Amino acid sequence: MIDVRNITKTYNDGAESFQALKGVSFKITDGEFVAIMGPSGSGKSTLMHILGCLDTPSSGQYFLDDKDVSKLSDEELADIRREKIGFVFQAFNLLPRATVLRNAMLPLIYAGVAEEEREKRARTSLLAAGLDEDHFMHKSNQLSGGQIQRVAIARALVNNPTLILADEPTGNLDTKTSEVVLGTFQELNEKQGRTIVLITHEPDIAAHAERIIMIRDGAIVEDRKNAARKVNRL
Amino acid sequence: MTTTDIFHETYSALSANKARSGLTILGIVIGIASVIAMISIGQGAQGSIQSSIQSIGSNLIMVMPGAQKGPGYQVSSGRGGARTLITEDATAIMNQIQNVAAVSPQLSGRYQITAKGTNTNTSVNGVTSAYPQVRDVQIAEGSFITDTQNQSLAKVAVLGPTTVSDLFATGTDPVGQTISIKGLLFTVIGVTVAKGGSGFNNQDDMIFVPLSSAQRYFAGADYLSEIDVQAADQNSMTQVQNDITSLLLTRHNISDPTQADFSTLNQADIVAAASSVTSTFTILLAAVAGISLVVGGIGIMNMMLTTVTERTREIGLRKAIGAKKKDISTQFLAESVMLTLIGGIIGTVLGIAIAYTISSFGSIHTQITWQPIALAFGVSAIIGIIFGYYPARRAASLNPIQALRYE
Repeated sequence: MIDVRNITKTYNDGAESFQALKGVSFKITDGEFVAIMGPSGSGKSTLMHILGCLDTPSSGQYFLDDKDVSKLSDEELADIRREKIGFVFQAFNLLPRATVLRNAMLPLIYAGVAEEEREKRARTSLLAAGLDEDHFMHKSNQLSGGQIQRVAIARALVNNPTLILADEPTGNLDTKTSEVVLGTFQELNEKQGRTIVLITHEPDIAAHAERIIMIRDGAIVEDRKNAARKVNRL
Repeated sequence: MTTTDIFHETYSALSANKARSGLTILGIVIGIASVIAMISIGQGAQGSIQSSIQSIGSNLIMVMPGAQKGPGYQVSSGRGGARTLITEDATAIMNQIQNVAAVSPQLSGRYQITAKGTNTNTSVNGVTSAYPQVRDVQIAEGSFITDTQNQSLAKVAVLGPTTVSDLFATGTDPVGQTISIKGLLFTVIGVTVAKGGSGFNNQDDMIFVPLSSAQRYFAGADYLSEIDVQAADQNSMTQVQNDITSLLLTRHNISDPTQADFSTLNQADIVAAASSVTSTFTILLAAVAGISLVVGGIGIMNMMLTTVTERTREIGLRKAIGAKKKDISTQFLAESVMLTLIGGIIGTVLGIAIAYTISSFGSIHTQITWQPIALAFGVSAIIGIIFGYYPARRAASLNPIQALRYE
């Protein structure tokens, strides 16, 4: 459950100050698949950082699972990220020297999960993200772009987060692979009831979500149900 | 993060760029190895100098003719044969000073010695029966000079092992043979045990004759070239040395101690002087080696800073998925400490190997003790922490958002 109340974010760069978010409010209930859409410079990245607890708002409140996380310190935010948030990045950000399995279990290492348990959970996540067991011991340079992003999705799933935040997850993929990855997100949403927030600037990508929040110049301009939801069935 | 995880991460990070890790480790290896090798050489030199000083006897005070060194001392090299000590001085020291275990008056000179077609030029030392005790000399064959032989001006000689091999063919028993010293025939009555001394005061290359014979036949007067006094124990050495000085000043009618016509040397002083020289030498060697260790440490820091920059996005990702500052800094610190510890282990092995090689090839004896090894390990771990701390802190303090965007 996400409850964002009148959030602003101002960047002070010496004499100049720039307001990236000008009072944003919305709620996302558990199990929703939401796309946050907007052109570059709209403030969607800033919003993503705040939703992902990588940053705190200048004013306003952000309740994640009924806990106000808008005033926490860096170290407290790290705890929240570890327990409640799974990230999927445009640039994948896998460790090139580690195996697929090791990459997928990385968040569990910081969460202090016991070793046997880690491997079990990493395997489950990788299978849920649609990755073949043959690839588990491969390094990321032996995988295709789509497979790499599935490993990243598995890594986001592994700590069983409240929220999966995907920041332009298909930005580095071709159209066909993009569809496959988006299909994975939809499946996770439908079959496992995962809450997914997808940040993108492409309407085509946003069309896979069941709700679309449009943001422009730091404010929400549209928040609608996506009736014509595009469905990928693998 | 468990210890196993830290090991796993460290291993995978260091093995990702083996050439770079290897070269960085090499810097530490050279530093540690040279510290250990240099300290071993220094301590070996110290040990051999001390043992060679100790081998001339124990609790020894040497009284030499000639002026004592002090303020206003003038070079008296032209007075090498100063004749200020006489046999009665030695007798007086023995009889009048407390805590004296033995007194060995000596008169030495270098002469040409011949024996059945061979000849050598060596030191001939006129001594009394007290000499073996004072100078810690043992008899291998035959016997040493007795008091009776001294009183009767006997023409008998005891040879050092080097002299034996110079004068007689291998396998010949020198005892009972005759040798000619300065044209006079002496009968060999004994051979001393080799002491393995070397350098300027080789005690194996010597011939001993009765003191009275040396005074009568070689010098023609009853002066002495040295009186060796053995104190009863270590603690009484200073007292004995002071008493000798005042006794001889009185006997020689000298009121001003700076004008003394003799000098005394305490064995402990010689050991202390030599030790301070060799320890300065050891510190110097270790300091030079230590510089290379610091250079190795800078190599570590350089590598770690490069690594942190290269892995900025990795750090960003780790922070995004919940790693705390401590997790990140521990990881990078573990990498630098691992580098220095591996370097420390290889360097220690290499340093010991170098020390052994030097011992087995050269004349320098090396001595490996646990202290420099412990020091090397401690220093390498500390270098890892010191030079790894700044890069690790830099990694830990990265902002995750900026780190993730880093190109």
